[in-house]
Amino acid sequence: MGSPQREIAVRAENLVKTFGATHALNGVDLEIPTGQVLGLLGPNGAGKTTTVRILTTLLKPDSGRAFVAGHDALADPDAVRRSIGLSGQYAAVDENLTGFENLYMVARLYGMNRATSQARARELLSRFNLTEDGDRPSKGYSGGMRRRLDLAGALVARPTVVVLDEPTTGLDPRGRLDTWQVISELVADGTTVLLTTQYLEEADQLADTIVVIDKGKVIARGSADELKNEVGGERLELIVNDAADLEVTARVLAEIGSGSPSTDSHTRKADVLVDAGPKALIEALRRLDGHNVTVTDVALHRPTLDDVFLSLTGHHAEAEAEPEPKAKGRRGKKTEAAA
Amino acid sequence: MSSATKTETVTPPPAPISLIPQGGFGGVLRQNLSDGGIVTWRNLMNVRRNPELLLGATIQPIMFVLLFAYVFGGSFGGEAYREFLMGGIFAQTVAFNSAFTTIGMASDLQKGVIDRFRSLPMSRMAVLLGRTVADMAVNALGLLVMALCGLIVGWRIRGSFLDAVLGFAVLLLFGFAMSWIGALVGMLAGKVEVAQSAGFIWMFPVTFISSAFVVQTTLPGPLRTFAEWNPVTAVADSARNLFGNPALAGFERPSGWQADNATLYALMCCAAIFVIFVPLAVAKYRKVASK
Ligand SMILES: Nc1ncnc2c1ncn2[C@@H]1O[C@H](COP(=O)(O)OP(=O)(O)OP(=O)(O)O)[C@@H](O)[C@H]1O
Ligand SMILES: [Mg+2]
Repeated sequence: MGSPQREIAVRAENLVKTFGATHALNGVDLEIPTGQVLGLLGPNGAGKTTTVRILTTLLKPDSGRAFVAGHDALADPDAVRRSIGLSGQYAAVDENLTGFENLYMVARLYGMNRATSQARARELLSRFNLTEDGDRPSKGYSGGMRRRLDLAGALVARPTVVVLDEPTTGLDPRGRLDTWQVISELVADGTTVLLTTQYLEEADQLADTIVVIDKGKVIARGSADELKNEVGGERLELIVNDAADLEVTARVLAEIGSGSPSTDSHTRKADVLVDAGPKALIEALRRLDGHNVTVTDVALHRPTLDDVFLSLTGHHAEAEAEPEPKAKGRRGKKTEAAA
Repeated sequence: MSSATKTETVTPPPAPISLIPQGGFGGVLRQNLSDGGIVTWRNLMNVRRNPELLLGATIQPIMFVLLFAYVFGGSFGGEAYREFLMGGIFAQTVAFNSAFTTIGMASDLQKGVIDRFRSLPMSRMAVLLGRTVADMAVNALGLLVMALCGLIVGWRIRGSFLDAVLGFAVLLLFGFAMSWIGALVGMLAGKVEVAQSAGFIWMFPVTFISSAFVVQTTLPGPLRTFAEWNPVTAVADSARNLFGNPALAGFERPSGWQADNATLYALMCCAAIFVIFVPLAVAKYRKVASK
């Protein structure tokens, strides 16, 4: 993240976009120094895709400006298109073409000749573990394989700026790790990456800078650490011996903590944000002892990005994630205890 | 709240890898053709992998030929009607096939394929050109199948070889022009389900209120005027003239400039469709948003 003198690869200035009565973007600013990863984080409908579509020249904003790789996305969209690779929110593969043909076609449309295109397509297939399936129609691919093929399509021309709209949504844990690996490799090569995600963990892992948007407005920005410091305090987490004790535990934690506690009867876990960690921990244990609650495990954590999101917006980041099974939130079983 | 220190430096354009630099009119034209060729290839691969797509373009016209030839033919004059019919079915079929363009565009849009294309530094015309040219190839196959079917029911090319070639060329050109309208309708429809009805519905009045199946002079008042000026009439009559198929006896002969110059009027209609709908389709493509 280091050097103070950084060139800017992507810049959005005061982007505004409305669709009829919907204010999709209400003045979004963002900036990505060359070679860095920016994580654009926000719940459904926050405006992530709209921002991505403007920066990738697919959509014109009502007002505001966008620069990518030194080109004005509004005045010179073709120059921008030559420098970017986009993997949209929904895998845009042609299912009647084979994996190879999909990549070959994209390479040809970037203006590469036949031989280069073929070589590049094979190279990418092998990089994304698709060599074995490369010559059958992508119709038969799994969701994860299509995602990988789409991502490979974004990298065909070795773009200097790569834009990925929710690249890991719908992937299994292995697929997610593979994608993270690819993104790390891109960064190692000096590529600038704009990544949208609903997974805080993902932004935490990959992004140098996180921009949190909600309802078309930037509500926070900074590194994961900066955002966590902003929330302040720590998360006190404890596991009780008997799930029946969770109710009283929640009450005790509500008195001690700075936020509302949450409990999970399945794991017999309760947690809450606290200001002064160690002190709160001792106080909690003392009071719970007074209620005859047996605590089997206790820990203090730095706040997660989810805590950040909760404190900024008043709702969990993933709580609104699409109800499809693939978006099974980590918090699925947790219930918010009334304070 | 702050990320790395901001500077006003903007990265210079990177050297893109092996991208052919385009410039000038020649460069633009070459890029249109080469990108259009790649998209055509892609669309034809789609047809090859889904041969059932061809059923609509081949089986359906065969059914029309047989139904009209034997169900209607009986009351309309038997053999002479079958001879008259073919020019009309040719014209109707190439017009109807524009619905495939409509559905194809809507499907690409819905699946996000258009987004991918639009994010590439490719020609703005290429996707439309690739779609309409591929559909013209489908039309050519449909015409071939229909012509064979026509020969079986007694239709013959009675004119010169050159005229026959010109006849098929006019039919293909008309189909190509109609495809551009179809592409625009497909982008306006946006969704395959909408495109499936939107692509066909307007075809029924356009193809039936014409000389495709009946002599236009038999139609009442306004329908007759519509039919007389309908491009489908011009294309059907032009095909009949060029294939040397005689007009149906016993009906009032169509008259007027457009009837006397069916081929020329058909070509003018094609030109008018191109002039109006190519720019409209390209403009729509530029700003079309998927979903
Ligand atoms: N083409 C469109 N027409 C109408 N409304 C739109 C269009 N595109 C986006 N919107 C609206 O703009 C808002 C922002 O949408 P956007 O797709 O940018 O959100 P997002 O952050 O990408 O959400 P998700 O996580 O669901 O992908 C939403 O309210 C959405 O309904
Ligand atoms: Mg989105």
